Amino acid sequence: MKELSLNILDIAQNSVKAGADKIDVLLEENEETLVISIADNGCGMSEEFLKNVQDPFCTTRTTRKVGMGIPLFKLAAEQTEGNLTITSKTKEKFSDESGTTITALFYKNHIDFTVLGDIVSTIVTLIQGQPDIHWHFNHKINKDEVGVDTDELKSVLGDVPLDNFEVICWIKEYLEEQYNEIGYN
Amino acid sequence: MKSLAELAAIREKMQNKVVIRDGSSEIRVVVGMATCGIAAGARPVLNAFVEGVNEAGLADKVAVTQTGCIGVCQFEPIVEVFEAGKEKVTYAHMDAEKVKRVIQEHLKNGKPVAEYAITNV
Repeated sequence: MKELSLNILDIAQNSVKAGADKIDVLLEENEETLVISIADNGCGMSEEFLKNVQDPFCTTRTTRKVGMGIPLFKLAAEQTEGNLTITSKTKEKFSDESGTTITALFYKNHIDFTVLGDIVSTIVTLIQGQPDIHWHFNHKINKDEVGVDTDELKSVLGDVPLDNFEVICWIKEYLEEQYNEIGYN
Repeated sequence: MKSLAELAAIREKMQNKVVIRDGSSEIRVVVGMATCGIAAGARPVLNAFVEGVNEAGLADKVAVTQTGCIGVCQFEPIVEVFEAGKEKVTYAHMDAEKVKRVIQEHLKNGKPVAEYAITNV
């Protein structure tokens, strides 16, 4: 993956597949570190699955016996001397509190740090693909903050779906404007 | 500044339109968005379809959706076009430039771009 934003797009698809109806994509960065966390309220993973999930030969795919999503994300973090952690609660044991959180820590000044890239495009793509999910995106950069919460948008939009083209364009510009305002590139 | 008032305006505008949606589109464009597709460049392909379909005025006719791994990762980015009563067309190694041609020739004029298509998948 050329950009961490592509890893985020990929990892978030796991949350979609886990049947989540709320997914948080949270980024927090300062001069030195970037922490990316993707948290869902989906079905969760069993302890057994959780033990193996960082192994490429563990996957829920039916078309292949390998799954590279988490291993690639983990590699991207570890090659900066950072790390990746996963916590998960299964529906069977935790019912309404089930879900999975994947958190990755990156050291930005490390020579092998992958750029975040086009995060706006990733968020817009996620919303377009799964407009019925409640997406909450927040990116803290030092003291500044950029974000969007689709529930807030839905309360204004009523019956108009989030994947309506004009709405998608609005979300894109809304985020881009916030980034421009704080001078983030 | 972007404001929520603009969203309210979009809602207002949409209410005056009869919105036919959910599976009623004549054509369905499906972009593979699993790890393989994303790594190969599916995100700009998807966005090019979303934008292009609307710019071509085909929004009522064409639905652009995402799916997981289609199973032939070496051909990613892959795009499948489903149309009622017609054979599925599978496009391989797509990019934003090729998307423009597919929209114009296939989605708009009904003639699949044979050059980009693969068979027997």
